[in-house]
Amino acid sequence: MLALSPLQSEDQIQLQDNRSSNLWVQATKNILRYPSAVIGLIIITVLLLIAVAAPLIATHDPILSMIGVPGETGRLPGKVPCLPLFGCEDAIHLMGLDLNGRDLFSRVIYGTRSSLFVGFVSISLAIAAGTILGVTAGYVGGKVDNIIMRIMDVVLAFPALLLAISIVTILGPGLLNALIGISITFIPQYARLSRASVLSIKEREFIVAQHALGARPMRIVFNHVLPNSITPIIVQGTLGIGTAILDAAALSFLGLGAQPPMPEWGQILSESRNYLFTSPHLVFFPGIAIMITVLGFNLFGDGMRDALDPRLNRN
Amino acid sequence: MLEVKELKTIFSTRDGDINAVNGVSFFLQPGEALGIVGESGSGKSVSMLSIMGLIPDPPGKIVGGEVLFQGRDILKMSPHDLREMRGNRIAMVFQEPLTSLNPVLTIGNQISESVLIHTGRDKRQAINRTVELLNMVGIPDAENRLNDYPHQFSGGMCQRVMIAMALSCDPQLLIADEPTTALDVTIQAQIVDLVTRLRKELGMAVIWITHDLGVVASCVDKVIVMYAGQIVESAPLKEFYANPSHPYSIGLLRSLPRLDSKIHQKLISIEGAPPNLIDLPDCCPFVPRCKNAVEKCKDNNPPLRKINSSHKISCWVDIPQNEKT
Repeated sequence: MLALSPLQSEDQIQLQDNRSSNLWVQATKNILRYPSAVIGLIIITVLLLIAVAAPLIATHDPILSMIGVPGETGRLPGKVPCLPLFGCEDAIHLMGLDLNGRDLFSRVIYGTRSSLFVGFVSISLAIAAGTILGVTAGYVGGKVDNIIMRIMDVVLAFPALLLAISIVTILGPGLLNALIGISITFIPQYARLSRASVLSIKEREFIVAQHALGARPMRIVFNHVLPNSITPIIVQGTLGIGTAILDAAALSFLGLGAQPPMPEWGQILSESRNYLFTSPHLVFFPGIAIMITVLGFNLFGDGMRDALDPRLNRN
Repeated sequence: MLEVKELKTIFSTRDGDINAVNGVSFFLQPGEALGIVGESGSGKSVSMLSIMGLIPDPPGKIVGGEVLFQGRDILKMSPHDLREMRGNRIAMVFQEPLTSLNPVLTIGNQISESVLIHTGRDKRQAINRTVELLNMVGIPDAENRLNDYPHQFSGGMCQRVMIAMALSCDPQLLIADEPTTALDVTIQAQIVDLVTRLRKELGMAVIWITHDLGVVASCVDKVIVMYAGQIVESAPLKEFYANPSHPYSIGLLRSLPRLDSKIHQKLISIEGAPPNLIDLPDCCPFVPRCKNAVEKCKDNNPPLRKINSSHKISCWVDIPQNEKT
């Protein structure tokens, strides 16, 4: 017994360590071990800060035309750019003016808001609807499963952007309708994903054990099935936000999303596309903004998938 | 308290119906411990799941019989009444402790949830009850382990947690479905002792399913041996070990190592394999493997018959005492 006692105390220390770490803390630690996830997380955080603090960062009113405003140089829009960001010192507009004489920097900054809004909200809606449908299909099974999943197959059969365009055309152009259209095109992904997880989880022994304890089906679904199947959905959702932002920009580019004068990256691109050769900066900045945002979400999503997938061997 | 009459459960497959349970009947007094023994596929677990109303339908279906629990037929209960009964009055412990617990919820969360399902207690009372239950099943330092996850527990401790969950509402009947199979021998003994102790403390009846006759010997009052979905022998514990009377039971007992057997003595196995449960012939299902079979065995499936006041077998042959060991 004496010989065993130091070992035991060491065990105790080990146990204490384990005890302090919660599953979420563990997952966060894992995620932070992946450089790509960290970079993605930094990008997303910075973008969120920009979106929240847009009025503080923006130098001008994003929808105010600078023509005739006192103190303006009177430089005509669309002319050779003189941009502080490119080393020209005498101008006061960081990214220059757009075709209507509005401050492009402020517009790009404010554009972060609508893009992130559309990205987060449309994916959240899609996850909510898709998960409910998928869990119902997977858990109830039989005819219900068949009906739900065949409808999802029909939705999947359309090219995503084409479907979004048709939905927005029916609902009428606008950022909110674009958001709804995008989220509908995303529903089948999450329905399939959650159905697949539910099918594997519901045969597990602890679900039978819960039945044996007399738990109600709803309780089993929400307390036991969902928490076990949520990881792939979170990962897919993060990756989806990037795609949704891209889709929103595309819809706005086509004139179906954000309506002028609302600042939105796709919409800025659309307005400026005819001046690509004379004023490339007008498409350069919003384009870069879209790219960085999508990159951030993709990096984070990828890192998260690696970190949360138990099948990948980690040391 | 529990009376099972002619229970029949089938599973439909593409090749035909599997007759998993073929007319099983037994009864259980309050506080009594019953051991059900048999090899894999003999219908032990399916009978218990039928009693709990947990047979997945489809493919499973209970096609006949009655399960009377405290005077009510479980098979005719509404889903609501069934849920009310499960966990509350009949609880079950499963074979694999590690997979029977939800890996993403803490132990405390899972046990207190099972308390909350059936009792009107609030969250704090449920937590107190959880600590009490964990102490009862012998988990040291219970307060501090509430926030641990199942993977931080060993198999034996998980099984203790499962038992704590099962006992959360003071059930009158605990069904233990091979609770020690996945555990090593010393932990097995601990779990057997724990259940035996709790049975005496709480006065509940226990049905102990196992294929380990050693486990049965230490913790039950009477033994049922099942083969091919039927009961082949039913006897009080002492009578069973002193006077096993069905050739299958005798074979099972012979296949166990004994303390008084010689070193290097080979264990005797029962030749052959259990029959296919899809097309059961009219004969005794054990005939192909039976050394004592007579002509009559091939024509008629023997009914359960009394050989003395408490001992029943389903066999046409009376095996002489000297061939039983």
